[in-house]
Amino acid sequence: MNKTFNNKAWWLVLPVFLMVAFNALVPLMTVVNYSIQETFGNNEFFWSGTTWFEQILHDEAFHDSLRRQLIFTGLILLIEIPLGLAIALCMPRNGPWVSVCLVLIALPLLVPWNVVGSMWNIMALPDIGLLGKGINALGIPFNYTRQPISAWFTVILMDVWHWTSLVVLLCYAGLVAIPDAYYQAAKVDGARPWAVFRYIQLPKLKHVLTIAVLLRFMDSFMIYTEVIVLTGGGPGSTTKFLSIDLVQKALGGFDLGPAAAFSIVYFLIILFLSWLFYTLMMREEAK
Amino acid sequence: MSLELIEITKRVGSETHIHPTSLVLPPGSFNVLLGTTLSGKTTLMQIMAGIQPPSSGRIMFNGKDVTNIAVQKRNVSMVYQQFINYPNFSVYDNIASPLKVAGMSKAEIDRRVMSAADLLRLRPMLKRRPSELSGGQQQRTAIARAIVKDSDLILLDEPLANLDYKLREELRDELPKLFAGRNAIVVYATTEPVEALLFGGQTATLHEGRVTQFGPTSAVYRAPNDLISAQVFSDPPINMTPVEKRGETLQVFGSKQWPAGAAARDLNDGRYILGIRPHHVTPLPSEASSGELEGRVLVTELSGSESVIHLDVDGSTWVSQSHGIHPFEVGTHARLHVDIDQGLFFTPDGARVS
Amino acid sequence: MAEIRIENLRHSYSANPQGEEDYALKRLSITWQDGGAYALLGPSGCGKTTLLNLISGLLTPTEGRILFDGRDVSHSSPEERNIAQVFQFPVIYDTMTVFDNLAFPLRNRGVPESEIKTRVAEIADMLELTKTLHKRASGLTADGKQKISLGRGLVRPDVNVIMFDEPLTVIDPHLKWQLRSKLKELHLRTKRTMIYVTHDQTEALTFADQVVVMNLGEVVQAGTPVELFERPQHTFVGHFIGSPGMNVLPCEVRGGKALFAGIPVEAANIQAASGRGRAEIGVRPEFVSIAKSGIAAEVVRVADAGRYRIVEARSHGHTIKLLLKEGDEVPQSSTFLAFDPAHTQVYEDGWIAGAHR
Repeated sequence: MNKTFNNKAWWLVLPVFLMVAFNALVPLMTVVNYSIQETFGNNEFFWSGTTWFEQILHDEAFHDSLRRQLIFTGLILLIEIPLGLAIALCMPRNGPWVSVCLVLIALPLLVPWNVVGSMWNIMALPDIGLLGKGINALGIPFNYTRQPISAWFTVILMDVWHWTSLVVLLCYAGLVAIPDAYYQAAKVDGARPWAVFRYIQLPKLKHVLTIAVLLRFMDSFMIYTEVIVLTGGGPGSTTKFLSIDLVQKALGGFDLGPAAAFSIVYFLIILFLSWLFYTLMMREEAK
Repeated sequence: MSLELIEITKRVGSETHIHPTSLVLPPGSFNVLLGTTLSGKTTLMQIMAGIQPPSSGRIMFNGKDVTNIAVQKRNVSMVYQQFINYPNFSVYDNIASPLKVAGMSKAEIDRRVMSAADLLRLRPMLKRRPSELSGGQQQRTAIARAIVKDSDLILLDEPLANLDYKLREELRDELPKLFAGRNAIVVYATTEPVEALLFGGQTATLHEGRVTQFGPTSAVYRAPNDLISAQVFSDPPINMTPVEKRGETLQVFGSKQWPAGAAARDLNDGRYILGIRPHHVTPLPSEASSGELEGRVLVTELSGSESVIHLDVDGSTWVSQSHGIHPFEVGTHARLHVDIDQGLFFTPDGARVS
Repeated sequence: MAEIRIENLRHSYSANPQGEEDYALKRLSITWQDGGAYALLGPSGCGKTTLLNLISGLLTPTEGRILFDGRDVSHSSPEERNIAQVFQFPVIYDTMTVFDNLAFPLRNRGVPESEIKTRVAEIADMLELTKTLHKRASGLTADGKQKISLGRGLVRPDVNVIMFDEPLTVIDPHLKWQLRSKLKELHLRTKRTMIYVTHDQTEALTFADQVVVMNLGEVVQAGTPVELFERPQHTFVGHFIGSPGMNVLPCEVRGGKALFAGIPVEAANIQAASGRGRAEIGVRPEFVSIAKSGIAAEVVRVADAGRYRIVEARSHGHTIKLLLKEGDEVPQSSTFLAFDPAHTQVYEDGWIAGAHR
């Protein structure tokens, strides 16, 4: 009785399945395969069980890069989400300035990631860069290739410059979707701007903010290109985040087994934290 | 060309949206689904169209089982409450779109579009885009698109709800004329009893996912099977009171006595629920058996030609709707008259007995 | 509470209006008494919502003045005007409880918490919301939410006027009745000035003591429901009010008589007819009856509206509608119609003959 509605439709979906298989499933399974075996080349594999996972989980270097990663992601979320929201609130709702603002805001998103890294690399150079020279001129010693604090400052500034726009655009779209009647009712009820924000805008933006937090969390947790171009993980390994660590292990050391185990642990951490964010932010809804 | 629903149900998760329903809609019929928001009108229509499959049961079209045939393969048109048109198409192209899909010749398309446009008085705006039209014209375009191809089944889901009162009245007047003489089965969903009445045809009353009654509209209105059908089909809401029949009289409100009247004459003595539509409660007694109703006036609503009086009688509210202006003072004591011959009698569990 | 006076009010949405057609509201002067119930009635785009927003202060007028108790408020903010408004779609603060929603306007104005408690309890009781006071407002049904919107207006003791912008749009018919009579009851209890904007004649006529009918940015007639029904000043009012609307038939005025298709028809205002301009007679379906002789007509269609029947007849190429009570006999196809002389009017160029305009 309950036949498939239209069998032909499956043929249309098939290419997507194949693409997904090649893009995600096959590489993922290869990684799983590597993570539980030992290889010395020549296509010879030996069963190694959970050895690589144990090794990674007890690896000091991994702990350090994970800690750095968490601090970095935490900081940029704390900065970008409120900043993006604040900028979106300040933008005009209608009139000719809307498109001007939107284009200006969207610009950083159009810059390729390695270019962003190079741009800030040059900007922050202590001798010729506008930023580096400027800060030194204020009497504050700044050199991102030598001082960890300068390096962190530059990396975070770069990410904020690059990605706050995304949060702004999401929030702006959410704000524009709020019907006028809410603002009018608030005026009539004599609500102050803070109350309008707290009781109308913030609740109505909840879903949008959840998406913004998730996107920014995932992207920043996987950050690689910009940082490798800007600092290469240095000075020392002070800006060596998880992805940089992983690449160094896999390509630099050619430790395929531990690197594969690292990838899987990395993936699971992202999955778990995304789930956690989502459940926490959507908790209210269930009530 | 009849549409037959056989023991259709719809469950979503643990919730039942449609309880077992069987209906036969003959060709060329105008059928109204009448019920409040969330009573299951839209779900039932979507099942008829094939947009949603039923959880169980069968749908027969001309004796052929179409339960699992997708909506694209059935010859169905639909009009929604929202004005849905292709925003980038002119009115002409909007109306022509189902014909182009069907691969009709240009001349035939032109002929049909023009005749639909004439019927719906859209001739002068054929070149305009939907955004340049008023709400009424947008909905006319959507209706024209629905009638332009010879659909077997035309479904209209509260198409007038978003229109102004007067436009609604106008289109309500035109719609039956539009479908008259066609062979299509028309199904029209509405929350408003007066729409069902004015369209005539057949009416199905819906309540919480159940069709409580289906039949010729005036029969469903004047002889509802049960209390729920009567309530669904009354605007303003029907007045109700428990009564006890003793011989030729009815005991009401504990101590009052009303004549049993023609409607209750043949009933056995015992307890009943009496339902009286508001226009059978009037300031002046009718010639037939009438009962007195005394209470405190809560609200008087006077339109230019009618009076609606809300009366508090021993804690329950009675509504009277009568011709003429009767300016009862709010808070005062008033006496109204109930036309018992027009009353509907139900058993205490809701089945109608007379 | 206040008397509202509107003087020569005009409004255009364009910055520098060129001609008359640029004005959404053409020119308007009207006075509304303190404590009255008023309705603005008209089709979409007639300017009624513009007028409402001008009164509430959500718009600033291009020209003219609005006075509350003689005080010019034309350029004041909604908050300074001290008004309340109920919108078409219920506006509630989702994250708050019903209590907090009702308390919100008072808290914004710094009213002490003990006073808030008593006010909210009193209003909740009036609106039958007491049981849900501590529930989340977002969980309520549409009519419950609309009651909250109304409650936020009623809770402030000093509100000048409460305005309603098609408040029953999203409410089911059987609840519409309840909410509508509740509004009427609340008006009687609180004696606030209320202005109700709608396209629905039933809502306007049953709610208001005085109805202002608007069309194309202008007031066509302002009057009590009975006046609008019995003596529409313009054929537009005759058509717009009443369901079905007034029959408007072309006629000739000759020798102190109105002639419809050559048949003399008695009209109440025939003495006032000037005999100039396009003449029409207007008679409501309620005042047309089946007769033994008179205007010959064919019955085309009969629609059953439950408590009455709408009979559509054709006579000399024109459609005439009439109402028959439930149970009245429906005539055979050929019949004669009679118009009630007391309720038949002559119109010239759309306006009632003898109107002082």
